[in-house]
Amino acid sequence: MRRMTSFNVVSLTMGFAFLYIPMLILVIYSFNASKLVTVWGGFSTKWYGELLQNEAFLDAAWVTIKVGLISSTIATILGTMAAFVLVRSGRFFGRTLFSGMIYAPLVMPEVITGLSLLLLFISIGLPRGVTTIVLAHATFSMCYVSVVVSSRMASFDRSLEEAAYDLGCTGWDAFKSVTLPIIAPAVISGWLLAFTLSLDDLVIASFTAGPASTTLPIKIFSSVRLGVSPEINALSTIIIAIVTVGVITASITSKRAIVKKQREEQMADT
Amino acid sequence: MPSDYASGFAPWEDADATPLISFDGVTKRFGGFTAIDNIDLQIYPKEFFALLGPSGCGKTTLMRMLGGFEDVTEGRITIDGLNMAGIPANKRAVNMMFQSYALFPHLSVADNIAFGLKRSDMPKSEIQGRVDEMLRLVQLQKFAKRKPHQISGGQRQRVALARALAKAPKLLLLDEPLGALDKKLRQETQFELMDIQEKTGTTFVIVTHDQEEAMTVASRIAVMDNGLLKQVDTPDRVYESPNSVYVADFIGDVNIITGTASEVLENTQLIWAEGATPITGMTGSRVVQGEPASFVIRPEKVSISKDEPQAANKVEGKVIDIAYLGNMSTYHVALANGVIVKSQTANNRRIARRDITWEDPVWLSWTDTAGLVLRD
Ligand SMILES: Nc1ncnc2c1ncn2[C@@H]1O[C@H](COP(=O)(O)OP(=O)(O)O)[C@@H](O)[C@H]1O
Ligand SMILES: [Mg+2]
Repeated sequence: MRRMTSFNVVSLTMGFAFLYIPMLILVIYSFNASKLVTVWGGFSTKWYGELLQNEAFLDAAWVTIKVGLISSTIATILGTMAAFVLVRSGRFFGRTLFSGMIYAPLVMPEVITGLSLLLLFISIGLPRGVTTIVLAHATFSMCYVSVVVSSRMASFDRSLEEAAYDLGCTGWDAFKSVTLPIIAPAVISGWLLAFTLSLDDLVIASFTAGPASTTLPIKIFSSVRLGVSPEINALSTIIIAIVTVGVITASITSKRAIVKKQREEQMADT
Repeated sequence: MPSDYASGFAPWEDADATPLISFDGVTKRFGGFTAIDNIDLQIYPKEFFALLGPSGCGKTTLMRMLGGFEDVTEGRITIDGLNMAGIPANKRAVNMMFQSYALFPHLSVADNIAFGLKRSDMPKSEIQGRVDEMLRLVQLQKFAKRKPHQISGGQRQRVALARALAKAPKLLLLDEPLGALDKKLRQETQFELMDIQEKTGTTFVIVTHDQEEAMTVASRIAVMDNGLLKQVDTPDRVYESPNSVYVADFIGDVNIITGTASEVLENTQLIWAEGATPITGMTGSRVVQGEPASFVIRPEKVSISKDEPQAANKVEGKVIDIAYLGNMSTYHVALANGVIVKSQTANNRRIARRDITWEDPVWLSWTDTAGLVLRD
């Protein structure tokens, strides 16, 4: 391996410090025994214990996960269908308009999306709660899913589907047994992206959540406005831990899959 | 030349034979563009039929109409007596081997082959047996569990063939099946294909732009140009008796001398240069006395000599180029009026003993039946 110049070492250190020192401080303070966030009072895990007693946080966490799972599933189904229509149906009346419109929410300020959804829910008389957050999240994350899936669809070899028809498949059977398994990685990434967006979202959820159903981001944000409590630090540390484990597992598995595939391809050519 | 021909397999000459496939006035348009132009064609059971033509002439389109992937704009296609209009690909007793092979990347070799069987009315218990039989046919037993990306290009091609043959279709369509293979593997595979076609008794329709391939494998060849069928005939007839200059030029190497037909009888005299003796060739189709026509002759039918030969047709010229191909040499000879005629001879003597070299004045000669006079 090439040796790094001192300039590279410095910029690498600076970059990582910039990214990770804030989080490191948060993690350290979550083990702070003192109630004052900025004063170190010795090591303790009591805030984790208290967090588990806090009904409001646990409820919010549950709502967040529920909303994430349901909305990302809806978004994945709708987004995949939209991607199919856009890539497959060739030219039809209004296609350009349609494909432009599906990407519009990607660049639309979230405040506007949230506000317009709020107005819609009020005007149709839908009471705000888990349902409205799910609908709102499914609406905006489906655009992301359709972007991910349609870029995969564009490079999909149509003759694979024709081969399926040729061998006796009906349209649905061909989709289920050939198309879907092949584009599955893109559909799964779309789902993960939608899920992450939903977990992450504060703005749209604030507009569409009801008093009885708050998501974790809303809960954290509103309690921080009353002053940062060590419990929040503990909660954030748990979230960081989950995300870290998730990212590391994902990168290891995909790396292994790539290495395995390369080895098999080499074997095939000999 | 093909064994079929020698063994008397020629249903197209039998007025009572029923064709498996019949095109009646079939036209295909994409928008305003006519890809297939009013084609009539009969293909008989157990034929190995080749569609040959330059890229873009409509070979794939013709084949996709048989497979059920394109509908017919005008006319009618019948397979086994059934009108195919409105019958989708999954309901036809036809299977296709795709140009890109289109193997399902997420399924193993065995599962790829079983794919069609699982969707047929074959009982579950018999599927495994049939898959094994197909694997044996294409000699891939050892690779049954591999995925398509774990085998070589030649093996993939064989999996695609096995998958398309598994359902025992009446008709197998092959779209440039050997295009992705290197020359040596391609020649081996051509013989394998002929062998498999004979063993299974399936009718094969193969698309190719390689004329040698078509000559090797096919019982009959259709030469296409711009959506038209120029000639449909056995390989030897397409080569020896082309019905147009286009076909003569497309198949193999040919000399073309243009002129005016004078005496059109069994043979035709062609006036090709002022003051020169007219040359004689067999009368091809549609030649009219006094009209422009072309004399076509294969280089291997033109003899070359230093001394004036005793021959029905002879012309004088000068050697301007010699292409040495190892087993044979091609002499490029310029005639007095500038026309270049090629003569090909087998090199059955060592190089030092051949006496014709560059710039030598030579005589070219051929018999009255060696060439053809065609209308262009
Ligand atoms: N789906 C299509 N839409 C428009 N034009 C097409 C389509 N498919 C084929 N063509 C045109 O029809 C002609 C014949 O194509 P094809 O049958 O693929 O030729 P070949 O297989 O002989 O190379 C080409 O000019 C091609 O551009
Ligand atoms: Mg083609």
